[in-house]
Amino acid sequence: MSIEKEEAVEALVARLAAARKGERGALLPLLHDIQHELGRVDGAAVAAVAAELNLSRAEVHGVVSFYHDFRERPAGRHHVQYCRAESCQSRGGAVIEAALAERLRVAMGETRADGQVTLEPVYCLGLCAIGPNALVDGAPVARIDGTAAIERIAATVAA
Amino acid sequence: MTRVYISRDMASVALGSDAVAEAFARAGCEVVRTGSRGLFAIEPLVEVETAEGRIGYGPVGPDDVAAILDGSHGHRLGKVEALPFFAKQQRFTFARCGVADPLDIASYDWRGLKAARAMAPQAVVDAVKASGLRGRGGAGFPTGIKWQTVLATAADEKFIVCNADEGDSGTFADRMLMEGDPFCLIEGMAIAGHAVGAGHGYVYIRSEYPYAIDTMRRAIELAASKIAPFTLEVRVGAGAYVCGEETALLDSIEGKRGQVRAKPPLPAIQGLFGKPTVINNVLSLAAVPFILAEGADAYAAVGFGRSRGTMPVQIAGNVKNGGLFEIGFGITLGELVEEIGGGTASGRPVRAVQVGGPLGAYMPPSMFHLPFDYEAFAAAGGLIGHAGITVFDDSVDMARMARFAMEFCAVESCGKCTPCRIGSTRGVETIDRIIEARALPVAPAEAGAVMGPGGALASYGPGLRRGDGVEAALGSRSPLRLDRARDKDIGLLRDLCDTMKYGSLCALGGFTPYPVLSALDHFPEDFGGAPALHEAAE
Repeated sequence: MSIEKEEAVEALVARLAAARKGERGALLPLLHDIQHELGRVDGAAVAAVAAELNLSRAEVHGVVSFYHDFRERPAGRHHVQYCRAESCQSRGGAVIEAALAERLRVAMGETRADGQVTLEPVYCLGLCAIGPNALVDGAPVARIDGTAAIERIAATVAA
Repeated sequence: MTRVYISRDMASVALGSDAVAEAFARAGCEVVRTGSRGLFAIEPLVEVETAEGRIGYGPVGPDDVAAILDGSHGHRLGKVEALPFFAKQQRFTFARCGVADPLDIASYDWRGLKAARAMAPQAVVDAVKASGLRGRGGAGFPTGIKWQTVLATAADEKFIVCNADEGDSGTFADRMLMEGDPFCLIEGMAIAGHAVGAGHGYVYIRSEYPYAIDTMRRAIELAASKIAPFTLEVRVGAGAYVCGEETALLDSIEGKRGQVRAKPPLPAIQGLFGKPTVINNVLSLAAVPFILAEGADAYAAVGFGRSRGTMPVQIAGNVKNGGLFEIGFGITLGELVEEIGGGTASGRPVRAVQVGGPLGAYMPPSMFHLPFDYEAFAAAGGLIGHAGITVFDDSVDMARMARFAMEFCAVESCGKCTPCRIGSTRGVETIDRIIEARALPVAPAEAGAVMGPGGALASYGPGLRRGDGVEAALGSRSPLRLDRARDKDIGLLRDLCDTMKYGSLCALGGFTPYPVLSALDHFPEDFGGAPALHEAAE
């Protein structure tokens, strides 16, 4: 990463941390803020957060790596979070998952080489009677039960 | 202008309710967005206000506006509350959900909070005790006792924490309540604050619930003056299932890794930031306004045995009429699955239901006589948990589901204690060996048959390890030798479950054995064994 980029990250983290000054247990909300702005929480951000909150880099890294939501590299232009939990499995989730991954040409847990889409598992969206479900760019999609539903997701992702 | 009611619950939106609402707005109707009534088979649902009351239509699409407004639409349901699914319910906690605009603060009466604030804190705690309310998050611990401990502990500062980290598959009641009636939860937390002397509260919501986060934040802003001097804020999780465990949740709010704390000290004595803390599930806190407004007796009058009041049951998975069904304890599992739920959505026979999320037991239809009651379920080797019921049809492979339970535990373990961290990984490996062994062409029942071709033995692959009797099996023509290795693995798995159950620090490692052992006990044929007796008897 270039020096300028690192400085930009530092400035951003300083600004976001200032907005949460005095808040107790501010680390998690701050990490959410950073990921929202940058699309990632990378090494530069970890260093900057450690400096801002007077924590060690190891402590911050420990927290970042503990939670599934924080990512070191940004997701693709489109983000598909597909539910793998029991209720969706009971409605044929595994078969649909395989078909969806094939149609989107990306393996589960990966970002497509062209950066167009990231497909990730999620464990329950609380829509358990109408599965299989997914969040497509943050919008809930239910009853992904066949080709038509998969094609609708593919069309969103292609845009 | 015609007024119509359309849900903006995340589930309704996922089924297309936004487009329906837009279509009605374009047609000149006054559209009120509500929470969900809780029956997803009729979503997107539109209720039209008429002289004879609110008339429901569902499921409908954006092209159905004209047919709905002139009353000719084929999916006319009449009054929604008169449908059998709703008429049989006892809606104490979810009375307003799906009926009112969740953010219409003018229509919310705060009767429970007013009643509580007219009482001494001890009297409020006594009322909660008298109601018999038990923690709805799964453990079933009496809520009033928890509050009493916090009230009795002197401190300069105390907290109310709402556990809204509803990560269990098959559960969505917390989400529906936060989206459909957020003031109810806010009121419950403010009552708790008055009862124990806490000034500030946190609602910890998982990041997978963006709609609930948004609604709760807006509702807290609107309600600030109603609950003052008590203050509230929303904290958002970050995708860690274990943060649903109360002490891990507290660490997460403090900005740490969501690792489980050893108890004691109890959170009620040394909780958030080391201060006495009431930590309750959404449904426990949301039950409190009813108890204060209607009286503890009205709540305790409903129920079964030591399980008092109502339970918002969530019927999910492969089921026809999935949704939220709030009713007093004591209804049987079979009534919920077969009568209310209407059996499977696929039309195939029900083979198993998992009650209580990923850490709950799998139960065969032969256990459908069980009444919904904490003690009855515990006695049968299961748990009610958060009262989510996930239905599976006969295409389910129970060995795979047992493996999933172990794998989920391995992925989500906070890593603090060994039985959970290491045991779950060893569990996945052991079940993998059992699954591969059962794929052998020579079934144990055909003992004495000649060993299959070399390919079959090769497929046993990773299962063949030193110490598994491999040498003996290789040097033998008897398939029983291989079968013995499977029996040994099953023995090992049971032993491992025992260690996890009694040696883990929290419910993640401690309860993962429930789905694994129940699958093994009730569906042994999926693990390559002989069918369980009760199944044969049916």
